Amino acid sequence: MQPQFATDYPALAPSFSVGDRVRVRATAPLGHIRTPFYIRGHVGEIERLCGSFPNPEELAQMRNGLPAIPLYRVRFRQKEVWPDYKGPATDVVEIEIFQHWLERA
Amino acid sequence: MGGLPAGKVEPTEHDYPEWERRVDAMVQLLRLGGKITVDEVRKNIEALPPEAYDNLSYYEKWISSLTQTLIQRGIISTAELGRKMQEVEMRVQNRAAPVRD
Repeated sequence: MQPQFATDYPALAPSFSVGDRVRVRATAPLGHIRTPFYIRGHVGEIERLCGSFPNPEELAQMRNGLPAIPLYRVRFRQKEVWPDYKGPATDVVEIEIFQHWLERA
Repeated sequence: MGGLPAGKVEPTEHDYPEWERRVDAMVQLLRLGGKITVDEVRKNIEALPPEAYDNLSYYEKWISSLTQTLIQRGIISTAELGRKMQEVEMRVQNRAAPVRD
């Protein structure tokens, strides 16, 4: 799978492919986290591999964040995320999430 | 903040005063120069006490967070910052003093 952005950091191998169903880890550890709280625990589908980037959780603590971690754009159904969602059932929300926050669903 | 209801979003436009432009420029230059990362600045904004987070304006949050980041990085020291703040305070006080005749 070709990433959207090529980077030359030493990087972990991507574990997911486009179309894979993934669940966002439902956990709230301390530290600086870029995974929105409201999406944790929800199931979505890999839309693309954005590329591999230094881990922001490590960068925030003044470390280099390497090896870089694959970052995916994940697509969720609005209706599944917000049960009282009033819009069309086909509406989606797309969020960029690092691989270590995802598990196969 | 922390999943609490945020209330209504009121979009407003305003001109950026000079000090806000300078704060923005400092963050970008320090980041491009590899002295800090945007992630550290974000972490230090999240670490503001809840009252500060609610009451500070956007660039007031940035300058608080940037200052903390520079101290953590050892680029400035708390003592240096304290001296400078006193110096500026004195300057402002002197300027504001009523002119005697």
